[in-house]
Amino acid sequence: MGLENPSLPSDTAIVTKLDEAIGWARESSLWPMIFGTACCAIEFMSVASSKYDISRFGAEVVRFAPKQADLMIVAGTITYKQAPILKQIYDQMCEPKWVISMGACACSGGFYDNYSTMQGIDEIIPVDMYVGGCPPRPEALLDALLSIQRDLRQEKYNPSRHKDFKGSLDNV
Amino acid sequence: MSKYVTVLASGIHSFIKYLYDDGFNYLLDITAIDYSEYIEEQKEKFAVVYIIRHSDFKQIKIIKAYLDVLEIESISDIFKGANWLEREVYDQYGIKFINHPNLRRVLNHKEFEGHPLRKSYPITKGQLLHEVDDLVDEMNNKLYSKDVVCSLEDGSFSECNKDLMFLNIGPAHPASHGTIRTYVALDGETIEAAVTEIGYLHRGFEKSCENHTYNQIVPYTDRLNYCSAISNNIAFVKTVEEMLDIEITPRAEAIRVMLLELSRIEDHLVCLAAILVDMGALTNYWYIYNPREDIYELLSKLTGARLTNSFMRVGGMANDLYDGFETELEFVLSKVKDGINEALSLIEHNRIFHDRTQNIGIINAKDAINASFTGPNLRASGVAFDMRKDNPYYGYENYDFDVVVGSVGDIYDRIMVRFEEIRQSTSIIKQVMNKLPEGDVNIKDASVVLPEKESVYNTIEGAMNQFKLIIDGVKVPANEYYSSLEATNGELGFFIVSDGSGTPYKVKVKAPSFTAMAAYPDMIEGSQLADCILTLGSLNIIAGEMDR
Repeated sequence: MGLENPSLPSDTAIVTKLDEAIGWARESSLWPMIFGTACCAIEFMSVASSKYDISRFGAEVVRFAPKQADLMIVAGTITYKQAPILKQIYDQMCEPKWVISMGACACSGGFYDNYSTMQGIDEIIPVDMYVGGCPPRPEALLDALLSIQRDLRQEKYNPSRHKDFKGSLDNV
Repeated sequence: MSKYVTVLASGIHSFIKYLYDDGFNYLLDITAIDYSEYIEEQKEKFAVVYIIRHSDFKQIKIIKAYLDVLEIESISDIFKGANWLEREVYDQYGIKFINHPNLRRVLNHKEFEGHPLRKSYPITKGQLLHEVDDLVDEMNNKLYSKDVVCSLEDGSFSECNKDLMFLNIGPAHPASHGTIRTYVALDGETIEAAVTEIGYLHRGFEKSCENHTYNQIVPYTDRLNYCSAISNNIAFVKTVEEMLDIEITPRAEAIRVMLLELSRIEDHLVCLAAILVDMGALTNYWYIYNPREDIYELLSKLTGARLTNSFMRVGGMANDLYDGFETELEFVLSKVKDGINEALSLIEHNRIFHDRTQNIGIINAKDAINASFTGPNLRASGVAFDMRKDNPYYGYENYDFDVVVGSVGDIYDRIMVRFEEIRQSTSIIKQVMNKLPEGDVNIKDASVVLPEKESVYNTIEGAMNQFKLIIDGVKVPANEYYSSLEATNGELGFFIVSDGSGTPYKVKVKAPSFTAMAAYPDMIEGSQLADCILTLGSLNIIAGEMDR
């Protein structure tokens, strides 16, 4: 955005929208919290390690404490037994927060259409970005991260997140 | 191989005790069969099945007891490993085990109603859990049995001689591998008592098998032990092929051996990388994980997927090796060798590493066998049981390799056994590639293997053949069969009941991680809090395989 441009005179004022400035600041300082349960968590290990290297995109400070994070990556199958824990951890994260649902199981239950698997985490928490694949390739997860950053740049904070959210475990 | 002994339910305990004294002292699995929809009318609707191995590690006995009432005596006083296995049968089938010390659900949640593996339970009927089990009563009972708490007159408990602090480790904890919850009572830093809850990744594998054809199940098996997907594929199709009584081609056998060993390397690399991170040795993670990335590249070129390969088919495999595979494999193996040498140079003579791993998390050989340990975990305790040597399959007897054993059974042994097994596997792969037989990878049998695409598109017979095999599946003769192989974590077995159709009537996985996890709470009691993380990492618990 050119704020660091040294050729500008020092007394220049830059006019922008507050949302845009905040979005610009947030864009490259997302702190992910990985909620890994299954195969997708192994692929997340690849995303974080040298070859794919999530730190190139300003999101490498992986926190396992929800209170320190603002981007939750749900990687893996969420069963009915796991669901209340996922919701509790999501509730512990401070606003503003984003959720990436990584992999077919988290998005829709995948091919586990049975008695124990939750048919998509949007039954209990709102989701911003769905990443398909079983498991998705690391590039796909990085693409989801870049999409969230692009939305932030265009000051769209959670434009459509509540569309499919069902809230099955709310108010119990 | 699998021949039944049928026993009266009332005599099961004394019969198994007799077998135990006779040398059958290594319990593999306990499961049940619901016969209510089986093609042939059986004596009773339910039967419990026990699979026990002899101490020579060669013979197995399969014992079946029909139940007229849904109760049977527990054998958990003979085999420690039976504890959780019986809980699982209770959870999934609703069969009560008399005299069981802690008969409660293990895979499904506490608000769950019904028993999902009964044929009468609809597969898609999910049930929400609203509140997580607090495990307090289980913990209180455990503390009471250890005399740490006293029972009060009103039935509650009080701490009588120690000031305890209670702590939940997991399930959403990075070092708990995602889905394992351990609830510990701490006296300072020392763990006085621990109870473990699993089932957070119970994805209904066994129920899903009952409405898919045999080849459709292969992708599900990928996701059992997702760190070494191909070895699960092979274990499953091997069982089905033995039930069909078919022999695969020599080339397919050799490729399967090569891929089994490659996935063993792959899995051990993740285990070692993860446990060293848990220990704070992050540099090793990069040294060990990067070669794994090279294995991924190779496998994705061969199979089309990095992690969940689904490469095996009944009767062979999806396709042959591609041109130039061998050179790329050699490159990958050299990377693996460099990686583990670099990592070992950092830890082998490292005082901190030794202090954190030696004589911690010990399980001795006798306890390990009684708790049904298997694979590297059992070998680390000094028991040289390896299916590749004891019950060779796919020509393993022709390859020259060592069975790696430890001496103490501590964390250090379990780590070092894995490092050495990577070297042994590398050597096996080289031997396989040196004399890889020529020929097809699939057998020629139109009732098992899909026809060539050319005949599917150009002839009516080919199109019909393809259609029948896809829609009906491979028809497996009615049988009840157990077979296993040495997967990464140990003996991975499948117990399949078929009714002659293209869909299995019942599938049970003998999962190595399940019994290892059952022994875990006892292993960490008395040790420090920080050690319990390393003990868990060194057992290489893979939740997908444990919870299924």
